[in-house]
Amino acid sequence: MIEHYVVAASSYAKDIDGLFDFMFWLVGFWFVLAEGVFFYLIFRFRAKQGVKGEYITGEKKSEMRWISWPHYLVLACDVAIVVMAVKVWMNVKQELPEADATVRVIGQQWAWSFAHPGPDGKIDTADDIETVDELRLEVNKTYHFRLSARDVLHSFSVPVFRLKQDAIPGREIVGWFKPIKTGTFDIQCAEMCGIGHGLMPARVVIEDAAQHAAWVAEQSQHKVASLSAKPGAE
Amino acid sequence: MADSSFKPDRASEEGAEQGADSQPGASVPESGPTRAQAEPAPAHEPEESPHEPDAHEPDEHGGHGGHGGHGEHPQSFFMKYLWSTDHKMIAMQYLFTGMAMALIGAFMVYVFRMQLAFPGMSVPGFGTVSPAEYNALVTNHGAIMIFWVAMPVLIAAFGNYLIPLMCGCDDMVFPRINRLSYQIFLLSSVVLICSFFVEGGGFGGAWTAYPPLSANPQYSLTPLGATLWVIAVALEFVAFLLGGINFITTAMNSRAPGMKMYDIPIVVWMIVVASILFMASVGPLVAGAVMLVFDQTVGTGFFDPKRGGDPILWQHLFWFFGHPEVYVVLLPAVGITGEIMTVFARKKLFAYPVVLYTVFATGILSFFVWAHHQFIAGIDPRMANIFTVTTVLISVPIAEMMFVYIATLWGGSIRLTTPMLWALSFVGEFLVGGVTGIFLGASGTDIYFHDTYFVLAHFHYTFVPIAIIGTFAAVTFWFPKMFGRMMDERLGKIHFWGTIIPFNMIFIPLFVLGAAGDHRRIWSYENFPELARPELQDLRVLATISMLVMLSFQLVFFYNFIKSLMSGPKAGRNPWQANTLEWTAPSPPPHGNFATLPTVYRGPYEYSVPGRDKDYWPQDAPS
Amino acid sequence: MKPVATTRSASGTPTGRLAVWWVIASEIVIFGGLLGSYIMHRLGHPEFGDYASHTNTWIGAFNTLVLLTSSLTAVLAHQAAENKDGEKAFQLLMCTIGGALTFVMVKSVEWTIEITSGFTITTNAFWSFYYTAAGLHALHVIAGAIIMAFVAVDARQGKELQRVELVGIYWHFVDVVWIFLFPLLYIAK
Repeated sequence: MIEHYVVAASSYAKDIDGLFDFMFWLVGFWFVLAEGVFFYLIFRFRAKQGVKGEYITGEKKSEMRWISWPHYLVLACDVAIVVMAVKVWMNVKQELPEADATVRVIGQQWAWSFAHPGPDGKIDTADDIETVDELRLEVNKTYHFRLSARDVLHSFSVPVFRLKQDAIPGREIVGWFKPIKTGTFDIQCAEMCGIGHGLMPARVVIEDAAQHAAWVAEQSQHKVASLSAKPGAE
Repeated sequence: MADSSFKPDRASEEGAEQGADSQPGASVPESGPTRAQAEPAPAHEPEESPHEPDAHEPDEHGGHGGHGGHGEHPQSFFMKYLWSTDHKMIAMQYLFTGMAMALIGAFMVYVFRMQLAFPGMSVPGFGTVSPAEYNALVTNHGAIMIFWVAMPVLIAAFGNYLIPLMCGCDDMVFPRINRLSYQIFLLSSVVLICSFFVEGGGFGGAWTAYPPLSANPQYSLTPLGATLWVIAVALEFVAFLLGGINFITTAMNSRAPGMKMYDIPIVVWMIVVASILFMASVGPLVAGAVMLVFDQTVGTGFFDPKRGGDPILWQHLFWFFGHPEVYVVLLPAVGITGEIMTVFARKKLFAYPVVLYTVFATGILSFFVWAHHQFIAGIDPRMANIFTVTTVLISVPIAEMMFVYIATLWGGSIRLTTPMLWALSFVGEFLVGGVTGIFLGASGTDIYFHDTYFVLAHFHYTFVPIAIIGTFAAVTFWFPKMFGRMMDERLGKIHFWGTIIPFNMIFIPLFVLGAAGDHRRIWSYENFPELARPELQDLRVLATISMLVMLSFQLVFFYNFIKSLMSGPKAGRNPWQANTLEWTAPSPPPHGNFATLPTVYRGPYEYSVPGRDKDYWPQDAPS
Repeated sequence: MKPVATTRSASGTPTGRLAVWWVIASEIVIFGGLLGSYIMHRLGHPEFGDYASHTNTWIGAFNTLVLLTSSLTAVLAHQAAENKDGEKAFQLLMCTIGGALTFVMVKSVEWTIEITSGFTITTNAFWSFYYTAAGLHALHVIAGAIIMAFVAVDARQGKELQRVELVGIYWHFVDVVWIFLFPLLYIAK
């Protein structure tokens, strides 16, 4: 259902969307049932002239069953949800499939800077391509990202990837994604970072191999010889 | 669904009875030792200076015993209203302060939602909203609603008012500490409000105040505001720690003779457990607040990575408290709902011991779920799995609590009075909040939903039932007892529908916006091309307009409140024909509450007992 | 003068004692949070051992002795109160307060030495914790001494003798916190 509003552009986006759909129907069933019973009881047992209420303690076994059976069914559904959710989580956050390339992502008040590998294909080398507020990726390649922040907490959020990870100053956090659709999409900062928190939008540009190679080549030519200190060095 | 068969008892039907229960047509006084005699109970002397009964007009019932009755020296305005140690007056102080703070919190939401719906336009009554002001508004809206509205109204006001009355005693065990707790609370509100007007403006780092943003004035740009904010919150914590001692000790020790564990009204249990949860969880955050203030002012580096500190430490300290805190506010609201539902369904609470067990289970489990707020914060991802398990599991006792309440309706004789409408809507709306929490507690989906409007809509579907619905339920239900008058039912119902319907129209769109990617605390979505789409902006406008409608209908409540206070029909002792002890005291109760302290003979929910001609059976009636 | 509520005891424990235990419970969580944070920091920063070497173990030990002795006098005061000897309870509570004052004075000297040697609250994370934890503890010592003075004055007049025990319980708690602080700040080097 999320894909109705937001493109699913990473390899695990559909897993997260699928998990959501599964939970939506399961939880939704319980929700509708509970509300249905609730409204039905209000209607059925509304006060009528001359009709007294019943004296039910709820402590008899036959009465408790109406609570304990739903209780166990809810528990069973919870177990199913946990299993499915942990599977998705482990894939996105605990696994680190081998990378085709690595990018650096740095949040600061109030912009995103990115370092892409240059023609040598390796990050943290002299020919890296640095950009501000634009991340350029090649479709169908697995990327690692090395995320950090310069000042306060930020959060690297790419809705079309269904990815989010807080950036912490003084730490470097590694994660991964694999874009599977081309296009240009939003990057957000998803952790309150000061007055410019809503003023640091960035864009992710996902292009096919040829376009991406062309961009790399063009950027390398424009590269300034003297580099400022590497962003991740502090 | 008219409840025409049910008419609340009015004072006029009792005549000038002499302290017996106000059952119309009752010939046998049903209460224990007869109260008609004017014998003063021992140790009923007023605590310090003689007090007048806390009534707004002379009570027309006859004798109240010799204690604290009319004709003693009248108290000065100061002593009676500002320096009182009477739990009922302190409750009123908390109630009115909380409601005043709610107005401020509501004004804030008006301003920032207008900015979201009409970005850049000047908001009537405020002006244009800068990004810094936006952040301060959302930060303080959240902090105010939780710490200065929900807690003081649900716990301090109703806890203070109800616990001694429902337990059948004359005041809290430590009246002067009670007074001190309110004074510290008032101080905390003043400090918070001051924080808005200092140089640099009010703190805007979100109610969660994560460092380094909150710790370093160069990042927050609100040097004074940030420190005052933390101090205000810390003072509020101290106030509630002090208050909690009274609630717990009074409920444990000062119960009427005969009131055993399962005879205690559920709302008393709930407030006591909430106080225990609060006291057990706030400690680390108090320590954290001290550390944060030192970072802000003295230059320590507890949370500064450059100085060997750890920003994540604050998060753990904050959420270790923050998660139990939501149950601290939930439980009293659930208790209030339980009291009202049993009265107006004329039914015993279904499986009272089970309710208690779900409360204890929820309370204990609530200490083991906190890091679900931190799934993507940079904690070890393996730890996240543990917290997913505990968080999803905590839905079980809470679901059971809701099931038990729904089951209480079975076989009832339901009167849809205004308090009942509020209580029922608590259950119906809270269910939405509860089920949507699962998507956030499940780590796999939380990756996407964290820090989106989905979270916001989830917690408003829990907090609004707690703080707003719960408050209106409690006020409309206990108004007759507190003020001796009935509120207007018709206005009450208009207010109810005018609040509930717009409430849903605010937050359902926000679920959709969250799923569409709207992240939180964003001053304007114009800079995000995928979020600036017209169909999404339409939803933001819909939410804002619904909020305007909802706010407007609160005028009906204020009008009803004031009008009823001044000229509502007089209420008798027990207009709702309820069982718990507060309904045996006069409306409003005088200082000392009861002419003769009651003895309890049964549980609080003996409604519709077969073989009795009345469908209720007060706790203190010997037979 | 007191409400009936204060004199009841449905739980079997007198109200005052129940309340003091609840206060202590919440204080345990406060200090627990602070010390827990310290321990976590310490585990992650082995250099804290080096920083801690500059605390003066002898002064710390002396203060520990002072507090323990003051706890003893508090217990004896309670005993005197049980025997309804308000005057003796007053004197023993005064000794306890004397211990508190000694503790605070020694600490002031200690801190003066440390600050003038260049170890301030901002020197490094260890010292930030040191001053915060010991400072919070010292505040509780001072507050406790003040409350104790009020109780002592009442006790001398034979009033509210049950409060001697209660303030004693609080005092033992203050002592116990120090028993945790001492090894964490002074011994673990």
